[in-house]
Amino acid sequence: MGEIMLKIENLHVNVEGKEILKGINLTIKKGEIHALMGPNGSGKSTLSFALMGHPKYKITKGSVKLDGKNLLEMEVNERAKSGLFLSFQYPSEIQGVSLANFLRTAYNEVKDVKINVMDFMKMLYEKMDLLKMNKEFAKRHVNVGFSGGEKKRTEILQMAVLQPKYAVLDETDSGLDIDALKIVAEGVKKLVGPELGVLIITHYQRILHHVKPDKVHVLMSGKIVKSGSYKLAEEIEKKGYKILKVS
Amino acid sequence: MTKIKEVKNYLDTEYKYGFKDPEKFSFKTKKGLNEDIIKQISKIKNEPEWMLDLRLKAYRHFKDRIMPKWGADLSKIKFDDIYYYGKPEGEQTDDWKNVPKDIRNTFDRLGIPEAEKKFLAGVGAQYESEVIYHNLKKDLQDKGVVFLDMDGGLREYAELVKKYFGKLVPYTDNKFAALNTAVWSGGSFIYVPSGVKVDLPLQAYFRINAKNIGQFERTLIIADKGSYVHYVEGCTAPVYTTDSLHSAVVELFALEGATIRYTTIQNWSQNVYNLVTKRASAEKNARVEWIDGNLGSKVTMKYPAIILKGEKAHGEVISVAFAGKNQVQDAGAKIMHMAPNTTSQITSKSVSKDGGRTTYRGLLRVAKGCKNVKSNVVCDALILDEKSATDTIPYMEIQENDVSIGHEASVGRVSEEQLFYLMSRGFSEEQALGMIVRGFMDEFVRELPMEYAIELNRLIELNMEGSVG
Repeated sequence: MGEIMLKIENLHVNVEGKEILKGINLTIKKGEIHALMGPNGSGKSTLSFALMGHPKYKITKGSVKLDGKNLLEMEVNERAKSGLFLSFQYPSEIQGVSLANFLRTAYNEVKDVKINVMDFMKMLYEKMDLLKMNKEFAKRHVNVGFSGGEKKRTEILQMAVLQPKYAVLDETDSGLDIDALKIVAEGVKKLVGPELGVLIITHYQRILHHVKPDKVHVLMSGKIVKSGSYKLAEEIEKKGYKILKVS
Repeated sequence: MTKIKEVKNYLDTEYKYGFKDPEKFSFKTKKGLNEDIIKQISKIKNEPEWMLDLRLKAYRHFKDRIMPKWGADLSKIKFDDIYYYGKPEGEQTDDWKNVPKDIRNTFDRLGIPEAEKKFLAGVGAQYESEVIYHNLKKDLQDKGVVFLDMDGGLREYAELVKKYFGKLVPYTDNKFAALNTAVWSGGSFIYVPSGVKVDLPLQAYFRINAKNIGQFERTLIIADKGSYVHYVEGCTAPVYTTDSLHSAVVELFALEGATIRYTTIQNWSQNVYNLVTKRASAEKNARVEWIDGNLGSKVTMKYPAIILKGEKAHGEVISVAFAGKNQVQDAGAKIMHMAPNTTSQITSKSVSKDGGRTTYRGLLRVAKGCKNVKSNVVCDALILDEKSATDTIPYMEIQENDVSIGHEASVGRVSEEQLFYLMSRGFSEEQALGMIVRGFMDEFVRELPMEYAIELNRLIELNMEGSVG
């Protein structure tokens, strides 16, 4: 058996020739919730895109292993099939494709099965109930005309359906009002468990009120400058990131 | 990774209908065209004098008429290298068992007899220049519905044909309408009596088999007062290195309160010039819908037209065009509002990839005094790579103020972000592109009977295969 964890070691990432991440080390075990906090421009989203394999994000050094497998060698879809999930900050719209059809096809790909439509719809509706989503959403085209909150909730729905081993939630809380945040956060809470490792990427601490992380890391200028317990998040909320300014 | 790479040779690998039978003609005219050949065609068909006269007039017009200077490049068509008429072996029959074996096998492979059993009210199957199989369900025959090939129509319903033939598309309309009028053979003749609803579609299938042959079918549909008919046509051809020419003329007459829906799934092989004139007229309270899908051919130029002649008539053109490597799809719609309170909708979707080129070319005309006309035009283009291109050329001639006209056009490219998003959900790049394209065409596909929708989705998938390396 390899190591059952998402292990990021000394990860350096360039975007359009500029180094954004300068040696990230982070290990997420199944059942753990990690929070990665940091001010704008610190490289938080870069980490999420680099993990998922966006072609614009070039890995120049370091390694990422998912349960012992070299993630960086895989195509984007293979990463999804290996159990990695990214909840997007700005999910794309797909005209003419219903959410149900999209998710069923995705489910078949990720799980390498051919689920029948009835079974799938039953599961989908259960997950939608869990996230307090109106069943009408299943028929709507993916993210087309969705409000910010609806898009985020749909991302979490996708995570619920695809049942990843490791999920990266990129700014899932941004752009949500208090009620929407609560619903999304409660949804995430229902999905966490011993079979899932979660990395919550956030600017603010507010989502962490609902989903308490086991560990908090602070990213500044492309490096993790401090790691600690939930207390660290509270400290940042009170005093701001300036207390951690790197020299 | 997301850079879309060169496709495999589309002709060799992806066109499923490129197979061919041995060429067995019972008669074929000599290569090229002259008045003697036209007389020969007319004689074989034992036509009335007036039709021969019309053919000859049309031929002279064709000769004198210059090539259209707009639209796709047609300068490579070698009119002298084409056989204008080829009669396959065997006589027309209403029993597949009597169709010559090769031809029957071909239509089996195309799924036509099976479709007929399952969900069609009638079928006509044209092979080269002649319709070799024709059948209409008994109950519809009993109701007075006429579904024949055009030659049969001329023989049995000469007066109707004389009244309507060439009245919407005179041979002087354009060079290719003139050519079709000169050498037409096959196609469908449909008459639906007043008040009769033909619930299941009537289908015609057009197959070119031989090399260098032209197909020039002629279709005339007359839907009498308050009737309904849905006509579906499909077409394919083998892959040859030399070009073929398909040039049809279709005329639809929707009389008062009648509805005609005309669906085309054009999937010619990529050596076929497809130059078609389609026009409909809609009387008071009538409705005409052109559902026009263009996936195949080398060059298509086709602009289904509707003349809204009576009050409260409604016209609709919903089209998709898919242009891959070396393909030009110059398609669109024309709607002429000639009466008050008429309404229309044009929805055009096009996809281009691997250097393919799509053009939407449309005309919307509202004649003076046609008050309270409502029309809406939507054209959306999707471009899958840097090599491909699209144009939108919408003409509007609005001579009345009291109208409501909407026009929207959009050109989209598949973004890296969209592909990345889909791939992060487990789709390969090819699947992701396929999903985006299918979604884009969804509005069109939903207009098709389910069986055709499935087929079209499959064709789109085939066309998307090999899009990425």
